[in-house]
Amino acid sequence: MDSNKMNITPASLSPGEGRGEAKQEFNITVYTENQIGLLNRIAIIFTRRKINIDSLNTSPSEIESIHRFNIVVNETEEVVRKLSRQIEKQVEVLKVYFNTNEDVIWQELALYKVPTDIIAEKASVERLLRENGARAVVIRKDYTVFETTGHREETDALIKILQPFGLIEFVRSARVAIIKHSDGFNSKLREFERLEPGEEVSENEYLNDGQKIFTM
Amino acid sequence: MEIAREELAKPAKTETVEVSGSVALLEALIAEQTEVIFGYPGGAIMPIYDALFDYKDKLNHILVRHEQGGIHAGQGFARTSGKVGVVFATSGPGATNLVTGLADAMIDSTPLVCITGQVFAHLLGTDAFQETDVINITTPVTKWNYQVTDATEIPEVISKAFYIARSGRPGPVLIDITKNAQIQKFDFAGYKPCNHIRSYRPKPIVRKEYVQKAADLINSAKKPFILWGQGVILGEAEKEFKAFVEKSGIPSAWTILGAGAIPTDHPQNVGMLGMHGNYGPNVLTNECDVLIAIGMRFDDRVTGRLDKYAKQAKIIHLDIDPSEIDKNVQTTVPVWGDCKETLPALTELIHERIHPEWLAKFRDYTKKEVEAVINDELHPSSGELTMGEVIHQLNQLTNGDAVIVTDVGQHQMVTCRYAKLNHTRSNVTSGGLGTMGFALPAAIGAKFGAPDRTVVAVIGDGGFQMTLQELGTIMQSGIDVKIIILNNRFLGMVRQWQELFNEHRYSFVDIASPDFVALAAAYGIAGKNVSERENLNQALEEMINHKGSFLLEVMVTKENNVFPMVPQGCSVAEIRLK
Repeated sequence: MDSNKMNITPASLSPGEGRGEAKQEFNITVYTENQIGLLNRIAIIFTRRKINIDSLNTSPSEIESIHRFNIVVNETEEVVRKLSRQIEKQVEVLKVYFNTNEDVIWQELALYKVPTDIIAEKASVERLLRENGARAVVIRKDYTVFETTGHREETDALIKILQPFGLIEFVRSARVAIIKHSDGFNSKLREFERLEPGEEVSENEYLNDGQKIFTM
Repeated sequence: MEIAREELAKPAKTETVEVSGSVALLEALIAEQTEVIFGYPGGAIMPIYDALFDYKDKLNHILVRHEQGGIHAGQGFARTSGKVGVVFATSGPGATNLVTGLADAMIDSTPLVCITGQVFAHLLGTDAFQETDVINITTPVTKWNYQVTDATEIPEVISKAFYIARSGRPGPVLIDITKNAQIQKFDFAGYKPCNHIRSYRPKPIVRKEYVQKAADLINSAKKPFILWGQGVILGEAEKEFKAFVEKSGIPSAWTILGAGAIPTDHPQNVGMLGMHGNYGPNVLTNECDVLIAIGMRFDDRVTGRLDKYAKQAKIIHLDIDPSEIDKNVQTTVPVWGDCKETLPALTELIHERIHPEWLAKFRDYTKKEVEAVINDELHPSSGELTMGEVIHQLNQLTNGDAVIVTDVGQHQMVTCRYAKLNHTRSNVTSGGLGTMGFALPAAIGAKFGAPDRTVVAVIGDGGFQMTLQELGTIMQSGIDVKIIILNNRFLGMVRQWQELFNEHRYSFVDIASPDFVALAAAYGIAGKNVSERENLNQALEEMINHKGSFLLEVMVTKENNVFPMVPQGCSVAEIRLK
């Protein structure tokens, strides 16, 4: 991965310095076969090194039978690169990418349960929903459930707003992220298959200058 | 139940044969040319053992005395033969007893296929008798593992298992088969070896640009230095490596698992790396200008303190496993790929050179080491016997042609330092994991893997007592393994550290031993005890010439230390001679 070529240096760092040192959020995208036990195999790569997974989402990908993990960790680039290589080494993993938040479009979904009587009586519900891009999913006599999607700060903000109105329950989903520069995995998979068996497409970070994808 | 092999070998579209999962497994093992299985039966693997009863003439099963012994034997077999070791164990305790061996094989890249029995599929998760979650227990210590609950999966899964175990960077694979799948009959359409898995890329393709960059660095280097590891042996690239070394004229040093890839007395072989390696290779690591690492992984026992390791040098790293590049040492030029391909490509591009002055520098350090350490170790004139002189005399008797198996500890370091190895696949030891108790069972497997060679296991008095039950396996199989116990009546390596770093506080390192010779005799194995210098050579000779296994216990000096030594937390250049 050639980070300098690809990325805008995060605002918190001065250009050309400390990029590999400072911890920041990284989005790790893992394309895998759909196999029982693989989640554990991937998870222990983090736990073995005592690294906390901030968020983990598994979902189908654009290709049938291929799954996609989105994993968020707060670590240095060097650590994330090593983790990514260890993940990619697993037999049932096809490919791993890692990206800073600037390189991805990402969303998290949150649900908030509040008592209907209080919220209806004390809050300007309409304004609250509009200002927070939220919507009501369920409205019952006893409680109402709001939903919002967005970045962490946005979903967090609504917690603060709803807290005074007796927030009963809150839950946030794992992050899903799409890589800005990715052309998807279809062409890559075809390339894998074309070069098989015996050989495989080369993925050498030092040589992938022409490649747009921020890859390991 | 016996089935005509030709029938099974036919492709899928023709007829199928109805067989049990167990028979399909055994047919698959035969198709993979399995020569020997090390195993131990039990409840959950009984259907497989029942099928094995009819395969006695086609599959050689060796009954071990403990599953750990079985898996170490499998490792020994894989190391000397270059083939995949096959191990059977039952569920629960049988399977958990494999874990140490799996971890050992994982860190030392040894190809294994382990088959464990498992409770019936409908009992999974019910805490059934001898049920353990083997897949989850072994996930961190296997290259791949898989649970079979349906017999129809068996042919494909076993072919994948062998392919994964031996391809790319080799490693252990565990297949857990529930009892119902072992019993279940299905239409077996023949066995097809696997050579492709969509998500698995065993070796990166070689990038010529980087081979060129590496060659340029080597061609302009003034003090280049080669470090090689087991990758050369695993890649079966000994010839290619020798050609590279000889054309380049570069001094070359080895990690203990790389030992023997080129002979000990090759003029450019400057010795062993690491904590107890040779003086020159360690000191000059921090003086070379280009470091060429081939099939080695910069283990901390090799590098010492990382932030003071070869900081002056440009690093070229050849490895088949991309995750090894930059893992511990930052690489200047990475050459990803199978060294069987990268080495010839590199050899073609480098200039034929000699480095007489640079090589002489290594020899100067050797001279210092000989004076300060080696002479006293190999040629003591008085006092108790030393470990080094035993190995030195053994070298003269075997001429360096034997397979040397070692356990873990002082005797291991001494043996690796001084054993003469003329051939590749001659040094079997537990490197990465440092598993005491490895040597005796590994030696059994090593002999099966190299039946025409003399196999000598050198073991400490501590390590021997960890797996001595495998004497029973030696007895029953009638295999010919020579065992040397270097008995210093201490857990020597820990004692050495306690002496040097814990102010002589010898905490639980004083170990008593049984009468090893009498113990061997109880197993019908010939033996001898020697403690006098004048009897050593004759005793070794008797051991080597004896037909069948032989145990030689050598009483060595109690408190010898292994030197040189790079103390923990020090740089390789701070290696101590005393």
